[in-house]
Amino acid sequence: MAAKKMFGAANASILVTDLRRSFDDGVTRGYEWRVTQLKKLLIICDNHEPEIVAALRDDLGKPELESSVYEVSLLRNSIKLALKQLKNWMAPEKAKTSLTTFPASAEIVSEPLGVVLVISAWNYPFLLSIDPVIGAISAGNAVVLKPSELAPASSALLAKLMEQYLDSSAVRVVEGAVTETTALLEQKWDKIFYTGSSKIGRVIMAAAAKHLTPVVLELGGKSPVVVDSDTDLKVTVRRIIAGKWGCNNGQACVSPDYILTTKEYAPKVIDAMKKELETFYGKNPMESKDMSRIVNSTHFDRLSKLLDEKEVSDKIVYGGEKDRENLKIAPTILLDVPLDSLIMSEEIFGPLLPILTLNNLEESFDVIRSRPKPLAAYLFTHNKKLKERFATTVSAGGIVVNDIAVHLALHTLPFGGVGESGMGAYHGKFSFDAFSHKKAVLYRSLFGDSAVRYPPYSRGKLRLLKALVDSNIFDIFKVLLGLS
Amino acid sequence: MEAMKETVEESLREMRETFASGRTRSLKWRKAQIGAIYEMVKDNEDKICNALFQDLGKHSTEAFRDELGVVLRTATVAINCLDKWAVPKHSKLPLLFYPAKGKVISEPYGTVLVLSSWNFPISLSLDPLIGAIAAGNTVLLKSSELSPNASAFLAKTIPAYLDTKAIKVIEGGPDVATILLQHQWDKIFFTGSPKIGRIIMAAAAQHLTPVTLELGGKCPTIVDHLTISKNIKSVVKRIAGGKWGSCNGQACISVDYVLIEKSFAPTLIDMLKPTIKSFFGEIPKESGCLSRIANKQHVRRLSRLLSDPRVQASIVYGGSIDEDKLYVEPTILLDPPLDSEIMNEEIFGPILPIITVRDIQESIGIINTKPKPLAIYAFTNDENLKTRILSETSSGSVTFNDVMIQYMCDALPFGGVGESGIGRYHGKYSFDCFSHEKAIMEGSLGMDLEARYPPWNNFKLTFIRLAFREAYFKLILLMLGLKR
Repeated sequence: MAAKKMFGAANASILVTDLRRSFDDGVTRGYEWRVTQLKKLLIICDNHEPEIVAALRDDLGKPELESSVYEVSLLRNSIKLALKQLKNWMAPEKAKTSLTTFPASAEIVSEPLGVVLVISAWNYPFLLSIDPVIGAISAGNAVVLKPSELAPASSALLAKLMEQYLDSSAVRVVEGAVTETTALLEQKWDKIFYTGSSKIGRVIMAAAAKHLTPVVLELGGKSPVVVDSDTDLKVTVRRIIAGKWGCNNGQACVSPDYILTTKEYAPKVIDAMKKELETFYGKNPMESKDMSRIVNSTHFDRLSKLLDEKEVSDKIVYGGEKDRENLKIAPTILLDVPLDSLIMSEEIFGPLLPILTLNNLEESFDVIRSRPKPLAAYLFTHNKKLKERFATTVSAGGIVVNDIAVHLALHTLPFGGVGESGMGAYHGKFSFDAFSHKKAVLYRSLFGDSAVRYPPYSRGKLRLLKALVDSNIFDIFKVLLGLS
Repeated sequence: MEAMKETVEESLREMRETFASGRTRSLKWRKAQIGAIYEMVKDNEDKICNALFQDLGKHSTEAFRDELGVVLRTATVAINCLDKWAVPKHSKLPLLFYPAKGKVISEPYGTVLVLSSWNFPISLSLDPLIGAIAAGNTVLLKSSELSPNASAFLAKTIPAYLDTKAIKVIEGGPDVATILLQHQWDKIFFTGSPKIGRIIMAAAAQHLTPVTLELGGKCPTIVDHLTISKNIKSVVKRIAGGKWGSCNGQACISVDYVLIEKSFAPTLIDMLKPTIKSFFGEIPKESGCLSRIANKQHVRRLSRLLSDPRVQASIVYGGSIDEDKLYVEPTILLDPPLDSEIMNEEIFGPILPIITVRDIQESIGIINTKPKPLAIYAFTNDENLKTRILSETSSGSVTFNDVMIQYMCDALPFGGVGESGIGRYHGKYSFDCFSHEKAIMEGSLGMDLEARYPPWNNFKLTFIRLAFREAYFKLILLMLGLKR
């Protein structure tokens, strides 16, 4: 097998130059090209699903259903939506003009930014690579994708399939790790789209600042779940379990990170969870094939450390089993770990679920507010007032009431973070917009000029200007007719 | 400096506390604040015009047209439209998710920083301030030290009109900015040069703070003499007005240079000369209608641009400099070399290079050799040329047959791309600029689908696949056992 070529600064520079030439030549601008590329992506989804599922099993032990549904099906829908809507999205938007700019007409034209960089993550390696690429291509850009090296089989498959099907004069994949990413980040991009941790998000934005490159950062955080006693407990618990362990085993940016509920209700929640966990994963969850494994030993050790901390290890009320060789940790529930413990200080990103109990549910607002803004915040309740308060006062990327994570699948809702959980948004038309420049265009007529615009200035002109600003209709007529 | 550091920390603490109290969320509060800004400007017209005259020699009519009038309008529009802007946007969800509901609400970022500029110190401070308040944030404004009288006015008067626990003003230069940038803000809005823009964005990256950067560039003006010759008088007036009539060329959207076919350049120059005289008289320095250069440093900068012997040789009008009076004469250059400094940095002054081309179509090539500007202007009635300009160049905005006036059109986003900036504002875009668009999804606890939950099997997989494709009929067949 040939040794892997080193990808350094020189390669990155040539890559960007090549793609910029293609972009400047107009390769990516036309509707036809964009549609062709999108259709090819659809073929990848339709014809290569088994290989994708296999790669995800290799990299993450991801169950077939998760791969098929949460990666391939979501992508398929995303591509189909783009194909259906692209003409609409590309059309200029008319804008209203006012009396001050009369006579004129105005519109907003979407244009591609140019050559963009998409850096993806390891937990949903296909979804998080191709979904942003769909946005980039729809908007008419040339794009470089850097998949995560922590999911090597997926990265290699992405590189292979995209080279096979897509127009490599404008769409490329660069595999690699820190060296390659650093080399790429030194180049000038017209946009950078990054999915990953807040720590690296800072590095990305700092690199982007050197070139005034706008960024979308899809980061993470500790997404809290508030469980009210006025809820349907069985449904609540099932949705939490499916959203946590059923989505890459807790290794997702919108994973329920911790639960907040009242001291009174907590025992019921725990009992219900234990029961449903057993229904879902059996008496020996370590042997269930329906959960992804932990991605690698680094993360396994990180999660172990969270569990082993003094004052935390004795709070385990369910699970806690670990198997380093097979990179498995059982679904684990903890009760009332200290607020300043490690497990409550960093995004868990794994199968551990702390439950914090409060005297009353009111306190949950303070707990959430005292922490960095998460990507998602969840609430389970029938109480309308509580829903309203939660939606308006909890700041997060997105809020979901009575469900977990589903908002990811909704292309009519923008998906993105705020504060530590990120900036910018995508999905559906928001993806197209994320990779577009909305250029303002004003068409003026050469007639209808008023002397009031020009020096020499006078009190009279001042009066007229004031009238225009105040939109006093009579004075305006006087101005337009050149009177006064 | 220690005192300043403490002031900043104390201000931040108070603003955050105010934001947390929820006071700024009320639309009534926001409208009252914006109304107070309106009153402040109306009550102090003379004081403001005086300050602008002291700082920049700006005539009161120009001050009203470009600053006070703009702010009054921005405030009026914000008050009139705020209710509409703040309404949640409902999103349609696919049938599969029935009866779930989705919407997007605009929530304030929190505590934001506005860094303003010296050339339009009142409007570039108050316009973003109005946007930040309209969106419900607490705001700290740092006005520019290069317009000290305007800055002092704002620092003294804003506290007299506005809620001082929520809206604060700090005066100072780069050292104060440095202190401010060390802190975490929920959003930073900056107007200024690309060089400083990079520094701002790098500082923001440390805290994952989203930024809007309103920068600049060389705004070219294409004059397609052939197709607008009937209205050449208007064209010349508009160009002259757009160059010297608004802060004497020191505006981010000033006409920087003109592109015209070689044979028509003499006509243009011959018409510009008397136009300048009609605006500013025989001795522009004494007209009272021509703003001064900001300071000696900028006079020297402009002087240096002219000092290149090849540029000197290209002077066809003007060229005199009086450093003590902060005066650079309205100057026209004919074909300075394209590689001279003056053709490679934003002029930001009263020097107008005219670049000739053989065919007006060549202008596009020249424009594309430079970074993307904030605005492109083109005087033409040739539909083909208009289309080419729109599709083959990139800029914040394009205005046909006029200059500068796109600034007044509230329905158009005002912002740059590439070197000319990130983000946009004006009208509703200002409200959006300072808001986090939070997605809210509300599911129903009632309808639960078994297929959502492990343990997985082929039925569930098929069900979910069909559901994603929204193949509802096949889904029903599956559930009725009529489909395998």
